[in-house]
Amino acid sequence: MPVLELREVSKSFGGITAVREVSLSVNPGDILGLIGPNGAGKTTLFNLVTGIYSPSSGEILLDGRNLAALQPHQITNSGLARTFQNIRIFGQMSVLENVMIGRHCRTRSGILGAILGMPGVKKEEKETRERCLELLDFVGLDVDPDEKASNLSYGQQRQLEIARALATDPELLLLDEPAAGMNLQETKEITSLIKRIRDAGKTILLIEHDMRMVMGTADRVAVLDHGTKIAEGSPKEVQRDPAVIKAYLGDEANVVA
Amino acid sequence: MMISPYYYQLLVIASINAIMALSLNLVTGCAGQLSLGHAAFMGIGAYTAGILTSVYDVPFAVSLIAGGAVAALAGLIVGLPTLRLKGDYLAIATLGFGEIIRVAILNMGITGGPFGLRGISKHTNLALAATAAVLVYWTMTRLMNSRFGRALTAIREDEVAAVAMGIDVTRCKVLAFVISAAWAGVAGGLFAHWFRYLHPSSFAFAASVEILSMVVLGGMGSLEGPVIGAVVLTYAPELLRGVSDFVSRHRMLFYGALLVIMMLVRPQGLVGAGVKGLRAARLSKFQGFGRLQSSKLGQWIAAAMEKVHWKGSTGSDDSCVVNEHVSGLAIGPGTGSTGTGVGRGGGEENAGS
Repeated sequence: MPVLELREVSKSFGGITAVREVSLSVNPGDILGLIGPNGAGKTTLFNLVTGIYSPSSGEILLDGRNLAALQPHQITNSGLARTFQNIRIFGQMSVLENVMIGRHCRTRSGILGAILGMPGVKKEEKETRERCLELLDFVGLDVDPDEKASNLSYGQQRQLEIARALATDPELLLLDEPAAGMNLQETKEITSLIKRIRDAGKTILLIEHDMRMVMGTADRVAVLDHGTKIAEGSPKEVQRDPAVIKAYLGDEANVVA
Repeated sequence: MMISPYYYQLLVIASINAIMALSLNLVTGCAGQLSLGHAAFMGIGAYTAGILTSVYDVPFAVSLIAGGAVAALAGLIVGLPTLRLKGDYLAIATLGFGEIIRVAILNMGITGGPFGLRGISKHTNLALAATAAVLVYWTMTRLMNSRFGRALTAIREDEVAAVAMGIDVTRCKVLAFVISAAWAGVAGGLFAHWFRYLHPSSFAFAASVEILSMVVLGGMGSLEGPVIGAVVLTYAPELLRGVSDFVSRHRMLFYGALLVIMMLVRPQGLVGAGVKGLRAARLSKFQGFGRLQSSKLGQWIAAAMEKVHWKGSTGSDDSCVVNEHVSGLAIGPGTGSTGTGVGRGGGEENAGS
């Protein structure tokens, strides 16, 4: 069974159809790359999957469960985590606290327990801390965990966002342009991180602008253009697909027009 | 140790104010939700506790808890719908709630309406008020360093990201609101059994704004800040008394000016840079405050505050020192022109019609 399945999902805003009857499935352990020119509907699709928008028609299933009835925070609870295209870390919190926020939905300590300083709460807090330090290590973020998050470099903030998302124990990780604004070296590092996450048993849906990165990372690639899926297949197949070439580079008719 | 009744009274009020500021800080400073109706929760607690002891002979301790509980319930009822709102909209909604409570108290029989609630016996003392303040401080420290406190900070920092991390944002905000209201209710109970007389104007918009000024002046989001803000703003008008005759007569004017200058010079609050590292940075960069300052509403509040303090200086020289401070900032006809009907003058008009 696919981890994520989209069945003829459409989304329109007024008269504009941003996503039109897109069907997609992401299999366990896969890295599915989702590409497309600007305005192709990638981000809308992302927002549909994360529950920020609800589809105008069609179904989105996570592990066979329909997401329509769930609120965004419940979607995270049921095993889907995301990062943001424009980084959204909690700038005034420490690096470690940022990751600990990711553990929120997997921990249970209540208010009363915290006020009374119950042993169970202290234990959970300690475990959370250790777990998050491990995650920082895993993503290769070598900074003082007590450093204020907004002091990190751009690339480090990306790593932190990924660590935070991983802290929610997701089955499926959605990465929204993780290489945006990064230099070659940083892109390389993030690519190897994405592969390591996959090797740790996670499934990944990767939206990316950087063709080279997607082609080098993804097992399969789906291409969106004007809200419609125009191609899907292995990176090699997609690269040769005339429709994809047309969408990205235009064709002769377009040039003349 | 002997202490003059004057300072004793100031200390009691400073303690009650500290509870108010600390509780508001949970919602506004920590979770970043601007509430302008906090005094209403205090009013609910004060009247509940006051009526329970004076009319129904309920033990004082029970009445305090009941006051907190009723205020918490009010917090839940108000919080559930309004905390889905953001920024200025939430501020307006809480402001509306505060006015509803004031007008309701003014028009109810059991509260004594515009005549106020009399005959409450004196149960509050400094030891009790100070213990309560310490207890609240301690609770807040524990809360802010917990999973719940972290979630609140995350909501303040970036609500969208907080949701994406699986935090039930509305639940967290409502919980914070309820806890905050409960403590305000307890503070109200202490207030009632110290002054032994309650009037709706003590819990009007101006009082809410004053509590907010304590939080902002002290330093939002920190724990020391609201306490320091409460103490400073409780003492400031009294200190100004001693400076000179001129200053004494116009002390509320100086007090207002002091607030304005403070905000210009130290927008991060008194303890802003004093605390180390991360927490200090949190204070200075608190985004909600920037929004508050720059928004229309913020400017309007600033204008209202100045007006309130100005009026306070003209009408209340003869009234009791303390009363003037806690409830008296709102006193004076004409403050109603801010559109909220603040002040006793406005209140009586309402009741008479």
